Amino acid sequence: MVPDGWYMGLAAALFLIGALGILLRRNALVMFMCVELMLNAVNLTLISAGRALNDLDGQVAVFFILVVAAAEVVVGLAIMVAIFRRRSTASVDELSDLRG
Amino acid sequence: MVEPLLFVVMAIAALAGAVTVVVAQNPIYSAIGLLGTLFSVAVLYVIQLAHFVAAVQVIVYAGAVMTLFLFVIMLIGVDKSESTEENLPMQRVWVGVLAVAVILFAGGLTLTGNFEWVVPEPVETISGALISGEPVNGTIQAIAEPLFTDWVLAFEATALLLTIAAAGAIALAHFRRKGV
Repeated sequence: MVPDGWYMGLAAALFLIGALGILLRRNALVMFMCVELMLNAVNLTLISAGRALNDLDGQVAVFFILVVAAAEVVVGLAIMVAIFRRRSTASVDELSDLRG
Repeated sequence: MVEPLLFVVMAIAALAGAVTVVVAQNPIYSAIGLLGTLFSVAVLYVIQLAHFVAAVQVIVYAGAVMTLFLFVIMLIGVDKSESTEENLPMQRVWVGVLAVAVILFAGGLTLTGNFEWVVPEPVETISGALISGEPVNGTIQAIAEPLFTDWVLAFEATALLLTIAAAGAIALAHFRRKGV
């Protein structure tokens, strides 16, 4: 049996890669995919902890996160398409109107 | 023996996909990398007996969400000319500091193997029976019981959320500037 720490380490690595992607990339779509990556890393920790604790609530929580993430993707991509229609760009550097 | 082997293979696949998402210049390659990561994570769920969640992961994430992503990438157009200049001062330095800190923290936590907080003890129930230390099996029946008893309010709330999200997406898609 694989120790739970390995799953936690893998999830931490996935989360870190996702966070680095958000900080380093400019394409809004790629940044969005990195958000999904981080959500998946957290889901993995919930499943592992749920197994280790003998509790199904971890899997129920992952189910809810999946649903909320699907809703988030729908609205986020719709916003991105609406922005692209107006500004013809998907680069977050050019969408800095709210910058102080 | 099977579990460590599957874990190593799928962990490598998941990490490779994740790195592809970040480094690929073409967003299509990023989407394919994310797809690989999602599938690998689904296999990791199956290893941990979360069958239902694994199926949902493949159907909802790898199916619906990735289709939507690819559709929008094609719609917006593949822009490969992403500038690599950094406009925020010191951003790269802080990214490096963050990466080193997280790697040290997670690596130390994993290597010390101090995960006693998650070791289950056999619990005595009211009827006197001992719940064994066997892992929970995430079948549809097993998930449905807490889902429709303890979590039924959250379940209804997510139903409402999905409806609102669908309505919001349609409203955004119909958005037009006046006179265009």
